[in-house]
Amino acid sequence: MLFAAALAFIFDPANLLGEKGILPRLMDHLLYTGLSLGVALLVGIPIGLIIGHTGKGKNFVIALTGSFRAIPTFGLLLFIILFTGLGLGPLVFVLAILAIPPIIAGAYSGLDAVNRETIDAARAIGMTEWQILGKVEIPLALPLILGGIRSATLQIIATATIAGYVGLTGLGRFLIEGLALHDYTLAFAGAILVAALALVADGILALIQRLVVPHGVSRGMARTTTRSGRRTAPPALTGTPITEG
Amino acid sequence: MIEFRGVSKQFDDGTLAVDDFSLVIPSHKTVVLVGSSGCGKTTLLRMINRMVDPTSGSILIDDEDIAGLEPVKLRRRIGYVMQNSGLLPHRKVIDNVATVPLLEGVPKRDAYARAMELLDTVGLDRSLANRYPSQLSGGQQQRVGVARGLAVDPNILLMDEPFGAVDPIVRADLQQELIRLQQELGKTIVFVTHDIDEAFLLGDEVVILQVGAQIAQQGTPSEILANPTNEFVANFIGVGRGKRRLSVDGSVESNGNDLVLVDSAGHAAGVVDAPGGVIANGDSSPKSRSISNKTDQAGDA
Ligand SMILES: Nc1ncnc2c1ncn2[C@@H]1O[C@H](COP(=O)(O)OP(=O)(O)OP(=O)(O)O)[C@@H](O)[C@H]1O
Ligand SMILES: [Mg+2]
Repeated sequence: MLFAAALAFIFDPANLLGEKGILPRLMDHLLYTGLSLGVALLVGIPIGLIIGHTGKGKNFVIALTGSFRAIPTFGLLLFIILFTGLGLGPLVFVLAILAIPPIIAGAYSGLDAVNRETIDAARAIGMTEWQILGKVEIPLALPLILGGIRSATLQIIATATIAGYVGLTGLGRFLIEGLALHDYTLAFAGAILVAALALVADGILALIQRLVVPHGVSRGMARTTTRSGRRTAPPALTGTPITEG
Repeated sequence: MIEFRGVSKQFDDGTLAVDDFSLVIPSHKTVVLVGSSGCGKTTLLRMINRMVDPTSGSILIDDEDIAGLEPVKLRRRIGYVMQNSGLLPHRKVIDNVATVPLLEGVPKRDAYARAMELLDTVGLDRSLANRYPSQLSGGQQQRVGVARGLAVDPNILLMDEPFGAVDPIVRADLQQELIRLQQELGKTIVFVTHDIDEAFLLGDEVVILQVGAQIAQQGTPSEILANPTNEFVANFIGVGRGKRRLSVDGSVESNGNDLVLVDSAGHAAGVVDAPGGVIANGDSSPKSRSISNKTDQAGDA
């Protein structure tokens, strides 16, 4: 059976190391992912935060996310390689292009979801714009910002398989070699590895996303929630009738 | 002292929210801006801390034109309390109260110690210090909002319908607390409300506004009650509708020294001291005002 054979390939220690081993290719895959994500974050986060903070350029976000999604990544990569030649640079560039829209969208929608009154009050008590961004908007928007990064990461991991086509390695090599040699076990093993990596990355990011939900704010950013678990004492008041509660 | 000199504000969409407004707000007094929705109260208030800049005219604080002041610096020395507390939801009560002092570089220990004292000042139990705003009732949140407004010990406190969203009993309670606080602190308070009863209760001086922040009348509550300048004011304060025009109800046997008062519709509105059937002269200290305030300050005055 193909699936069993693929698993056998993956767990065969002989396939772990060596030039064409799983581990070095996994490392390369992670390297491409990390580099592309880094570039995408450097570009996407500031743009998303600026648009979210100022509220200007919403249409830009919508147009961008729509049109970038339509770009054929592989085609773009081949096109760029025509000019630059093979290499890590074009790959990272293309993967970053792919990842920027969800990152911008996440950062923008995160900031956009922060209650306007909260921001207004922060300004009215004398916070600077930077302080509003850093101490109010970003902490409150962090779960959604991370949501954008999470989907960007998954897209990069899945799409980084094309590295194998342009002279680089990564987990995509197993797929390409398997298909070229009609070794479907190998190809399937490659597919499983990419999927597994995506699942693990998604799990880790989902966990982080949970952890960054600010205390005092429920998930989904609702404005008023009581975290009953924390209540140690009944609401004690002085000089106030109980009707207040 | 806060002075508005011929101030107008036209918003980008063309709305003339404030049209040539002039007013002097004396120090250490509570001045209440009252008027119906959309008449420009919030806009006036927010021009004092430069959340809104006037289109023309000038605003002076202690004879200094605030147009020349750095908005952030100005805001940090003016307390601001709004309707829905505006607390930072991801920060504990104590951190909310200490926010501005910490921004100003006050050492943490001092800022927190002071914030704790302020919880006492506004009548909140210290055990609430580590709660998040969402774990407080609306009334408690407003108290935290007031504590935050007082944190830098500002001379000026701006309050925009701070008690507008709490239920009437809590509101009455908060109003009394504010009166007590003000007797202790003597801040210059600019208070915005659309509730005339609240205005008369809290204001040393009341400014009744019409659309475009046109002053319909300004004066002490008794001055306004005694002499509404026009029908708009009379209606607004309820004299026109007979709600405040009280007379002694002769049909009721009073128990000794009180006489029952009724409004012009005949509904019982209160009692008046009348030892031996002669109506006594009230002393016009702030508390006596609440007599004119129907019955919602039960338990006080
Ligand atoms: N940012 C703005 N842009 C355009 N118009 C505005 C803006 N802020 C206020 N206005 C308009 O200016 C007028 C005065 O508004 P303001 O908020 O000062 O009224 P208000 O007296 O505080 O009313 P309320 O009692 O409802 O709070 C209204 O017509 C309002 O629609
Ligand atoms: Mg208002």
